[in-house]
Amino acid sequence: MHKAIGIGIAAALLAGFANATEPVTDADVVATMKASFRERGIAKMDRLEQSDLQKQCSTWSGKQLPPDVKASLEKAAMESIVYPADNDYLGDWKEGEKIAQSGRGFQFNDTEKTVAGGNCYACHELSKAEIAFGTIGPSLYNYGKLRGGPTESVLRYTWGRLWNSHAFAACNHMPRFGAAGILTEQQLKHVMALLLDPESPVNK
Amino acid sequence: MKTRTAQAGVAAVALGAMLGAFAIGAPPASAQEDTKAEIERYREMLQDGNPAELTVLRGEGLWKEKRGPKNASLEQCDLGKGPGVVQGAYAELPRYFADVDAVMDAETRIVHCMVELQGFDRAEITKRPFSGSGQRATDIEALAAFVVEESRGVPVNVPQQHPKEVASYQRGERIFHYRGGPYDFSCASCHEGENKRIRLQDLPELTKQEPAQRAFTTWPAYRVSQGALRTMQWRMYDCFRQQRFPEMKFGSEASIDLITYLGVTAKGGKMDSPSIKR
Repeated sequence: MHKAIGIGIAAALLAGFANATEPVTDADVVATMKASFRERGIAKMDRLEQSDLQKQCSTWSGKQLPPDVKASLEKAAMESIVYPADNDYLGDWKEGEKIAQSGRGFQFNDTEKTVAGGNCYACHELSKAEIAFGTIGPSLYNYGKLRGGPTESVLRYTWGRLWNSHAFAACNHMPRFGAAGILTEQQLKHVMALLLDPESPVNK
Repeated sequence: MKTRTAQAGVAAVALGAMLGAFAIGAPPASAQEDTKAEIERYREMLQDGNPAELTVLRGEGLWKEKRGPKNASLEQCDLGKGPGVVQGAYAELPRYFADVDAVMDAETRIVHCMVELQGFDRAEITKRPFSGSGQRATDIEALAAFVVEESRGVPVNVPQQHPKEVASYQRGERIFHYRGGPYDFSCASCHEGENKRIRLQDLPELTKQEPAQRAFTTWPAYRVSQGALRTMQWRMYDCFRQQRFPEMKFGSEASIDLITYLGVTAKGGKMDSPSIKR
């Protein structure tokens, strides 16, 4: 009798223990996310579906990324980069400045017609004239000047960095402006000019 | 109280005018420190009168007034410390409620009481939970303002006893790091790491206790730039808009989980809300 009660208590304790410490699974998190949002306008529910990159970068967020995961994500990102077919990398820095200032696009209150910006100033210092810049990313003031101007290797690296930044630093916070279709090729060329044109205020 | 109310109203108008001037006047290019000092001064001035005081009063009225199909007040609402106890309740939310077998935050629980006690239609009252810029607070916002005011000075103590409270925290932590959407953003994109700033706005590092305390204890807040009272549910909703996610549902599990994660991290901070923010 006493033994039976003892076993009963032990079982209850075990059940309670298991219940309290059972870690949430990926499936729990995904189910919660899907139940917690609704599509609105251009922002459909598929935005909650994680790519391999997003999944890995979520898992390792705030932790040290294992070297093999880092290498495989960077390789995949590098292979995603599409360089300009005409080999012409530099547009108009004045247009680039406008793109760097604009934070518009892809929100549920935007439309398909909204011209997206790059919102570079949200995270980076660029020209000295704009003092309302963020510090999530490094300062890009004098970006071109410090790298010896728009040489072939600097052009390709910078283009790749804008297209898919994970090619050089997997799981960093910068959006994949080319790979994710946020900016057009022409817009990317304007941003390239902002960074690399010797006449751009970034290099003054 | 009448004088305070009038003062708050005058302050709101004056602040609106100030904000306009602030937005139009371009700061001199070489004067970043001056700009920072100016913003600091502006923030100090905001402390003098908080238009949210008006909203708190309205919320108190809504709490005590007999309303809805059942013609009942909310005075018997159980916010976690027993029916009718409002004092200190907000500082211990979200928490597990046995009657619904789920974890609820303050706003979700207020809605629950409006439905159960007063007979309001849930879909109807949560259709537009947030007011527009410059508009009068919704009933939910006003009630949240009243409830949080009753916890001013009370240390944050979001419970982690029930398994569902523990699970909520764990999911919240995972959701905080969940990257998705066309920009690959998660909450952590902006709120993990020290001394981050978006444009000129400082970003609290919400994985750490002290910044989490500052954040948790100061929502709901009167947002001067929007001329409206904003709640914690709104804060979650609007962050996800900027993350380029779909639209977050009011009172959704993910929203409650994130608030639980933040609240547990913020343990010990003293509630100081409604506050006033830029």
